[in-house]
Amino acid sequence: MNHPRQAGQYVADQERAHWHDNVIWFMREKRDQAVKVIPEWEELRELGSQIKGHTLSRLDDYLERFESQAKRLGVQIHWALDAEEHNQIVAGILQAAGARKVVKSKSMLTEECHLNQFLQERNIQVTDTDLGERIVQLRQEAPSHIITPAIHIKHEEVAELFHEHFGTDLSASDPDQLVAVARDALRRTFIEADAAITGVNFAVAETGGFVVCTNEGNVDMGTGLPRLHIACMGIEKVIPRIKDLGVFLRLLARSATGQPITVYTSHFHGPAAGGELHLVIVDNGRSELLQKPKFNKSLNCIRCGACMNTCPVYRRSGGHSYGYTIPGPIGSVLGPSRNMKEFSSLPYASSLCGSCTAVCPVKIDLHHQLLEWRKEIVSAGVLPWTKRFAMKVASLVLRNTWLYCTSGRIFRMMLRRLPRVLVYHRLNLWGRQRDFPRIPDTSFREWYAQRNHEQQK
Amino acid sequence: MKRVGLFIPCYVDQLYPQVGVAVLELLKRFDVVAEFPAAQTCCGQPMANTGCDNEAQPLAEKFLQVFQDYDHVVCPSGSCVAMVRHHYDAYLSGRPGFDQLKAKTFEVCEYLTDVLKIETVHGKFPHRVGLHQSCHGLRELGLASSSEMVTQSFSKVQNLLQGLTGIELVELSRTDECCGFGGTFAVNEEAVSCMMGNDRIRDHLDAGAEVLTGVDMSCLMHLEGLIRRQKKNLRVMHVAEILIAGERAGR
Repeated sequence: MNHPRQAGQYVADQERAHWHDNVIWFMREKRDQAVKVIPEWEELRELGSQIKGHTLSRLDDYLERFESQAKRLGVQIHWALDAEEHNQIVAGILQAAGARKVVKSKSMLTEECHLNQFLQERNIQVTDTDLGERIVQLRQEAPSHIITPAIHIKHEEVAELFHEHFGTDLSASDPDQLVAVARDALRRTFIEADAAITGVNFAVAETGGFVVCTNEGNVDMGTGLPRLHIACMGIEKVIPRIKDLGVFLRLLARSATGQPITVYTSHFHGPAAGGELHLVIVDNGRSELLQKPKFNKSLNCIRCGACMNTCPVYRRSGGHSYGYTIPGPIGSVLGPSRNMKEFSSLPYASSLCGSCTAVCPVKIDLHHQLLEWRKEIVSAGVLPWTKRFAMKVASLVLRNTWLYCTSGRIFRMMLRRLPRVLVYHRLNLWGRQRDFPRIPDTSFREWYAQRNHEQQK
Repeated sequence: MKRVGLFIPCYVDQLYPQVGVAVLELLKRFDVVAEFPAAQTCCGQPMANTGCDNEAQPLAEKFLQVFQDYDHVVCPSGSCVAMVRHHYDAYLSGRPGFDQLKAKTFEVCEYLTDVLKIETVHGKFPHRVGLHQSCHGLRELGLASSSEMVTQSFSKVQNLLQGLTGIELVELSRTDECCGFGGTFAVNEEAVSCMMGNDRIRDHLDAGAEVLTGVDMSCLMHLEGLIRRQKKNLRVMHVAEILIAGERAGR
């Protein structure tokens, strides 16, 4: 995985990269409008951050409390150590029930575990019912954004896709027409489904209930008919009390899409009459992350995507350039915690502008964590030796004032005297699109020394 | 009389001496005579931001040694000041004089506003100016309110500039988007970095700016590099250069 290379390819199509930047910036603007009308927004962020911090400090207690409360409601709880176990459990439940057709609402956890592929290999047909996820599923792609999975695809491209799969008119690229096509196709899938899989946004320890937020109502559509509902959640999704939910629902919807609240906030308190409700609670590296004091605040994440929308790098390089299930700043923090070597370019895919930290509704210090990851990468010896070597040389030069001054003088002399082709060559990445400033005859320190000398005369 | 040390970042020293001169003169207008301690080199930010702590550490130590005896340290770069104030803890925590160093190191506009209590600079600068909010000055030093936060809107730099007669601060469509410099990011992620820079330049040009300014010469070096290559008609000046030019013209 090499972010600069992928990003370079995306940026090479300037028209698309600008389009992507503007589409995502629009979401950031909507978020701004929605939060600026709440005078207590910064307090709300602080509250959200503190509730998460408190919960994570006693996560085992809250998970056990949630488990016992959920069991009282008739929910069957399963614990999965990793992605493999999660997939096995889900497949096992489906196979025991003889389910062949499954409708799934958006869940980044099941993306993280690559559940679809696992089930399809076992002859279980999974249909993603969130429109964006359905589009990327049909294209056999991964989501490029955690809230708007198909944000990287233009209407016209969706029309082509639907034409191919549903035989619709190629010219039907109007969003309303496209939604109508998808709705028509999905309605039949909902009716035929044997089981529903959903994610979980918040699990309430106090009540044993959980909440899933959607804008399309596909969670309710999916869980309404089949008698089997399997919900999958990471261990960090638990919150202590029902009254904490209000804090997070406000933070989530406003940060994600600029809505006061998501269109559907579906609460589940046990199975429907005659049905089964299974909840798979997954660790998959989270408890390990919890033990890293520098990075465990990333478990605060409520998956709103605001850090992606604000990130000037994400907006221009596209979600797929990150090569990880979760892109953008939060993905660049979570990816290395999963596999530092594989994702070592992600913490460097940031100018450290800090906008992500300022926008995060649960106050994850994202840009500081990116910096911390860089330190981890360097001390593990994963940074390419050329970069480490350059820093070593620079540090040696800068430690010695005389050496620094002399190098500076030589550097300036060379820039002034060398022919342009020798300055702006292939290896000069700075100079590919940028000129050096007009090189001054003297440095500041030379000017200062000379001036002092003259004044003393 | 306070002893004020002038901290001139390495690349400003070598490539933009006129910015150092402007700061020195600007401070003099407000009766502050700053000294430039010649032993200084670089604060170590490029190494620190790459994650190379071992390489940054000796530079942080050198910095403390060079500047510890001054009452105030003033610098024309927000990110270098942020380095000292927010990132030196990893290297100097517990060292004698370090807590004081953090508290007495200022970006120049911050120094004028918060220490010298100057509300604005009087003078004349009849130009349309685009103010680029450098990220570290904005979000780490708090030189202005950032667009993500729901707080009272303010800008220390804007306040200083607004006293100049004839200046028109243009309205940008994205008030504080990063220019894409980001230190080694500028070469590591060259394609994205340059696209970010070009987008910023476009925003300033669309808003009708004749001059693009900011508190961080590093951002400006990156933007100026793109502007020079494309021969765009946009002048780049550090805030201190505008303030002193305006002050001179106003006299």
